[in-house]
Amino acid sequence: MREIDVSQITEAVARMSQSANTDLGQDVIQAFERGLRTEESDTGKAIFKALIQNAMIARDEKVPMCQDTGFAVVFVELGQDAHLVGGSLEAAINEGVRLGYEEGYLRKSICDPFTRANTRDNTPAVVITEIVDGDKIKLTMAPKGGGSENMARVTMLTPSGGKKAVMDFIVQRCQEAGSNPCPPVIVGAAVGGTPEKAAILAKKSLLRPVGAPSPDPELAQMEQELLTRINNLGMGPQGLGGRNYALAVHLEKHPCHIATLPLAVQICCHASRHKEITL
Amino acid sequence: MSDIIKLTTPLSEEVVASLKSGDQVRISGELYTARDAAHKRLVDLLDQGKPLPFDIKGAVIYYVGPSPAKPGRVVGSAGPTTSYRMDAYAERLMEVGMKGMIGKGKRAPDVVEAMMKHKAVYFAAIGGAAALIARSIKSVEVVAYEDLGPEAVRRMVVEDFQAVVINDIQGADLYQMGQEKYRIA
Repeated sequence: MREIDVSQITEAVARMSQSANTDLGQDVIQAFERGLRTEESDTGKAIFKALIQNAMIARDEKVPMCQDTGFAVVFVELGQDAHLVGGSLEAAINEGVRLGYEEGYLRKSICDPFTRANTRDNTPAVVITEIVDGDKIKLTMAPKGGGSENMARVTMLTPSGGKKAVMDFIVQRCQEAGSNPCPPVIVGAAVGGTPEKAAILAKKSLLRPVGAPSPDPELAQMEQELLTRINNLGMGPQGLGGRNYALAVHLEKHPCHIATLPLAVQICCHASRHKEITL
Repeated sequence: MSDIIKLTTPLSEEVVASLKSGDQVRISGELYTARDAAHKRLVDLLDQGKPLPFDIKGAVIYYVGPSPAKPGRVVGSAGPTTSYRMDAYAERLMEVGMKGMIGKGKRAPDVVEAMMKHKAVYFAAIGGAAALIARSIKSVEVVAYEDLGPEAVRRMVVEDFQAVVINDIQGADLYQMGQEKYRIA
């Protein structure tokens, strides 16, 4: 049994709230550069240039790349041989979010669903915890903007529809999302499990380096086919027309009930932010 | 790409009528910010027959909720939010003189029709290019609804704010035009 003081968690979450929002991953910037090379539309090229410039300003001046600094989604992989001391895990994470968003001049975007009254400190975070082997704790901070979040869907397909129904739904979801989720986007999707399992797997797929294929060859092939179909819609960067609407499709799968075929689609804007740390 | 058109707010009906979908513009002057919660309050005021907290004649409303300004800066990051959430309120504001909206994403058919009827245009700025866009914002002051935090109504003075005309008063839609050009059947 290894002891981990939760104050370390608070500190790490506060730091990652800021770094995730100001320092875009190299994988995303490389995807922009690829997009700039392959884009046929002049407007689309200009958008890729602007996004690269925007990422540089954000990193150099330590300002958020997007004004929507997101819902603080924190994935926790907690080793079963770790013992957290000094307080509760959720409270420690929320304190980290509160500190990080305040000290980092990040926007507080969380409100009551009915009164719409802002909680004023961007808490509570959404914490997704998994118990794993080992005695460490891995924290991944993935702030998610509301514009692309609004384009997410979970659906229960009929098993007879199979792969075709899955792929058609994902392509159609992108078509309907159009210019709303700030394309170029990353499309995360998960098939199987239960509705809530699929939604979490789809969200988690967005943590992969952009365009890293699924280790499952069948899924990797579906990802490529989906990317081609989505980009052939011609929506392009910002939905203004062009070749690059999606930078990548990340697909996950999980066994499901004999009666079901759940599918979740989680679209991420080009500000695909996440930072991780293992304590 | 077409030549860049310089615009100064407030927008006159003649200027609005001259704009075409696809025109690249640089806007200077005052913009008013409002998003979901502020729009609801503005329309509630109109419903009660009360005056709005700013002069809407010829005004351009920017759908944005900026991040807080760091010390020594006028504004934080400030890119557009998705516009369809303001569709339910847009025509009421056009009826009383709003001439332009800046956001991102497609508008509902009835909003496009209202733009034709009331002679107003819809511009898009680059969604997510918020640190870059902030450079064209020269000053910011809260005009109303400070309690709404990022959603308060602010007066922003901008210089060469970069945008593109999505919907003009003829009913054209740049999203549709652009996508049709690059679609592979």
